[in-house]
Amino acid sequence: MYNGGKIIIGVIIFVGLVTFPFLYSGGKTTAKPDPKVDTPEILKLAENERKCVEPKAYMKGEHMKMLNEWRDWVVRDGNTIYTATNGKQYTMSLQNTCMKCHSNKKKFCDECHNYTAVKPYCWDCHIEPKEKES
Amino acid sequence: MSMNRREFLKIAGISTILGLGGVSAVHGLRNRVEASQISPAPKALKAKRWAMVVDMSKFKKEEDYQRCIDACHQVHNVPNITDNPKHEIKWLWKETYEHAFPGTEDEYLSEEIKHLPFLVLCNHCDNPSCVRVCPTKATFKRKSDGIVMMDMHRCIGCRFCMAACPYGARSFNYKDPIPFINEAKKNLEFPTRTKGVVEKCTLCYERLATGLQPACVEASKGALIFGDIEDPNSGVRKVLGARYSFRRRPELGTRPSVYYII
Ligand code: SF4
Ligand code: SF4
Repeated sequence: MYNGGKIIIGVIIFVGLVTFPFLYSGGKTTAKPDPKVDTPEILKLAENERKCVEPKAYMKGEHMKMLNEWRDWVVRDGNTIYTATNGKQYTMSLQNTCMKCHSNKKKFCDECHNYTAVKPYCWDCHIEPKEKES
Repeated sequence: MSMNRREFLKIAGISTILGLGGVSAVHGLRNRVEASQISPAPKALKAKRWAMVVDMSKFKKEEDYQRCIDACHQVHNVPNITDNPKHEIKWLWKETYEHAFPGTEDEYLSEEIKHLPFLVLCNHCDNPSCVRVCPTKATFKRKSDGIVMMDMHRCIGCRFCMAACPYGARSFNYKDPIPFINEAKKNLEFPTRTKGVVEKCTLCYERLATGLQPACVEASKGALIFGDIEDPNSGVRKVLGARYSFRRRPELGTRPSVYYII
């Protein structure tokens, strides 16, 4: 084998680099995100009223696309009212509709966004709700 | 991976140059969120084209101007940056006659007019030069009511619009504006802006959508008249039909929607 030594050293370094992140984290897994929906604003609602604009599974997967659409409809077309699939009407506003119920940005938004390592820039401009430290 | 808006724009820009800029993966969603489910608020104020008349005869004291300016800047979280005039953010402000109406100042113009500050804002031009130059359509003229709007999410801060606007109606956020907003007076129902975007008066589109008049009009005690210029019975049309009015730099062909009477 030509340059056998060098290749073996190379392979060892490569394996070391690839496995480093796993070894470094000690095989620990990050705790699964557990977004909370128990804000005072939500608890104030009657039990059967505690529903988001669309079903939970849909919101989980598609809320970012929905917010994009909401923005275009409000800013570009001047339409501000969203009629949900269940017939209820909402004003399309992240700051004034979503966050009025989900007043716990840290436990609701950040929990999953941190876990999946996404940092949306909503909060560069939109004012986050004042959170009561618990 | 932590990324703020500016970093995102930088990377998006570089990858476009490198030919990596992909087609947006976000198509529709309209299968669920159908366009038919969207409607304007029932109590929203509507017009074919909004216009404003500034009645200068009603601006007598410093306070008359300030009341309007403060109302606007407060509801829209406009930062108060005073250390560098270039960094100043203005939606509604005072301008001298010679700056507001260049080319019309006459040697023998009455002293009163010469020194009268005029209240100026974005003219929401019918033929806006700012809109023609914006490469991202971040600024656009709304089809429904003629408001020249800003979509801050799309502004890349190239400032073409500032160069194109002949009225200096636009301000650029050279620095993070948030520390310059009075925390106690912040309007928690309206967003702020971020470093690197252009901003200007949006004719209170968010108030019109809830049935309210623009904030400055409300605070002006009748000195600002607001209405639909295409409706012959509107307040603005009545004033314009009865009194001599003029606009800023009409020779440029932008067709401003803000009129002045003295
Ligand atoms: S005043 Fe300037 S910013 Fe406003 S619409 Fe006209 S050209 Fe555009
Ligand atoms: S600064 Fe923003 S709004 Fe102005 S032209 Fe550039 S992208 Fe458009």
